[in-house]
Amino acid sequence: MARPEIGALIGAVVVLVLFLVVAPPFRNLGNVGTVLYGSALIGIMAVGVSLLMIGGEFDLSTGVAATTSGLTAALVAWNFGLNVWVGVLVALLVSLAIGAFNGWLLVTTGLPSFLVTLGTFFVLRGANLGITRNVTENVATTSIADMDGWDSAQAVFATTFKIGPVSIKMLVLFWIVLTVVAAYVLLRTRVGNWILAVGGDDAAARAVGVPVRAVKIGLFMFVGFCAWMLGMHLLFEFSVVQSGEGVGKEFIFIIAAVVGGCLLTGGYGSVVGAAIGALVFGMTQLGINYAGWNPDWFFSFLGVMLLLACIVNLYVKKKADAR
Amino acid sequence: MSPRTETAPTHVGGATTSILEMRECGKNYGNVSALRGVTLNVRQGEVTCVLGDNGAGKSTLIKIMAGLHDYNAGEMFVNGELRHFSSPRESLASGIATVYQDLALAPLMSVWRNFFLGNEIKKGFLGTLDVPQMKKVCGEELTKMGIVIPDLDRPIGALSGGQKQCIAIARAIYFGAKVIILDEPTAALGVKQSGVVLKYIVKARDAGLGVVFITHNPHHAYLVGNHFVILKLGRVVLDAHRDEISLDELTAEMAGGKELADLSHELRAADPGKVVEPHTVTGGIDAPSGVLPRVGEDGREGVGTPRS
Ligand SMILES: Nc1ncnc2c1ncn2[C@@H]1O[C@H](COP(=O)(O)OP(=O)(O)O)[C@@H](O)[C@H]1O
Ligand SMILES: [Mg+2]
Repeated sequence: MARPEIGALIGAVVVLVLFLVVAPPFRNLGNVGTVLYGSALIGIMAVGVSLLMIGGEFDLSTGVAATTSGLTAALVAWNFGLNVWVGVLVALLVSLAIGAFNGWLLVTTGLPSFLVTLGTFFVLRGANLGITRNVTENVATTSIADMDGWDSAQAVFATTFKIGPVSIKMLVLFWIVLTVVAAYVLLRTRVGNWILAVGGDDAAARAVGVPVRAVKIGLFMFVGFCAWMLGMHLLFEFSVVQSGEGVGKEFIFIIAAVVGGCLLTGGYGSVVGAAIGALVFGMTQLGINYAGWNPDWFFSFLGVMLLLACIVNLYVKKKADAR
Repeated sequence: MSPRTETAPTHVGGATTSILEMRECGKNYGNVSALRGVTLNVRQGEVTCVLGDNGAGKSTLIKIMAGLHDYNAGEMFVNGELRHFSSPRESLASGIATVYQDLALAPLMSVWRNFFLGNEIKKGFLGTLDVPQMKKVCGEELTKMGIVIPDLDRPIGALSGGQKQCIAIARAIYFGAKVIILDEPTAALGVKQSGVVLKYIVKARDAGLGVVFITHNPHHAYLVGNHFVILKLGRVVLDAHRDEISLDELTAEMAGGKELADLSHELRAADPGKVVEPHTVTGGIDAPSGVLPRVGEDGREGVGTPRS
């Protein structure tokens, strides 16, 4: 059977060749790190978002939830004068709790995830701004770069290291590891089998004894974990967090998963595909720059790519089904 | 993983060898009473057919056995123990497997993943799925049942309705079900596919399972059934062993029997010119007389007002 990520792979090769031809700086090996970093900023969330989508749901609150996580860590450490790591841990708990809340509300009310997470999106968007302004009297957090634990936390979440001429950000490593682990879980564990089944037909899954509610809540919590990873990276990369950050990012993560072959209706898709989808984004973002094209058109380019990817994926899936 | 082994069925109330027994069971949805005073025995090595019109309460009955709903009145014994299931998991753990008409399988998942869903084989300390082993067992079990699927990685949605039903049945048997409940497995199938499914029902029975076969179609029921229960408006209106009833009688009971004869009478009285004489009607209005009404694939045809 054709794997779901085939379409994305073809897309990635096309985009790569295109920019190798039209954008000379793209051929510079040193820029590989930059492309990968741009991809990781999307890809790290796309891991959770794609698993969730395969499990039949999606989350519109991911972009602002990452900001919430960063804000929580910064504000807790700064406001109470605590070690930065305490803030990091509290942020993890808050992120998991947001995911658990989304999942719990979904399974108890039976509302579609679109509505549940749209609500969460607005609640968090407001809370990000309101709480930040309340604590710091500003729309951004105060820098925590001089606080206890900063150096070690920064070393974990936001270092850069060199492989030959290529500088690699820690986030890229996290992204790759998380993708590999999630792909393994999906394809080679019983939980993965349950995720596929819950997304494919939750009534069928329930009837054979799959704990559908737990799987859904767990998926939302994993998305929360990814938001925490991204939030921590952003905090330790820039040392301050803007409370208005993240709005609109949720769609980019969803698009990466869809380009990667995840079916919006669930039950089918690939984590590796979502990583390739994120890579397509990273390459496009920089490629347009390097090619000297007007970056105003970036989103139009994305839109076209999304539609093309969907059509290719549909075609690949039809072919696979028809055999 | 080896198939589940459950405690052997105990004898309930002396002579019976019921694996599952309902006594005066009732179920209300709010103030809608879907089942009232239902008494039913499912025995090992027997096919118990449950027949009834739409809304008779067949699905409700299944859902109670499958653990999707609890009952509000009466008692249900499984292996001689009084039980109230609170989830499908509990029902499955007691050896009851349910094959639903439309919700048995996840369409986009491969055949082998569906086969092992909820009973995956794991190996190693990481709990990795033993994919080669699962594919091997799945292939063997399906071959044993006479289903040949060359590529077990195919999405199950690409298979025919009959194949899907058979896979669901094969799966239930392999995982050690003691009772297998089939919700209208032949309703959406053609004649040939229905035949395949009916053969599997017989195989399951001969393997010593208790089979609950829900259907609209008295012909299908009579081909495989040992025991027949007809539900009407949530009540049992007939409970007969095969020895006690003929196909004609079963069909007549199913078609409404006396009620339909009365209806025919009434209609004739209302406008004699527009109602055809009973013997010329293919719809089975005068079923009790022994003329076989023609019942279609889904059992819905042939019951109703006469056509002129
Ligand atoms: N979830 C439910 N809530 C309320 N009423 C229900 C529900 N399910 C079934 N019923 C009612 O119970 C009765 C029996 O339905 P059902 O068991 O589905 O019958 P069958 O499967 O024989 O067609 C019907 O009157 C139906 O409307
Ligand atoms: Mg029904």
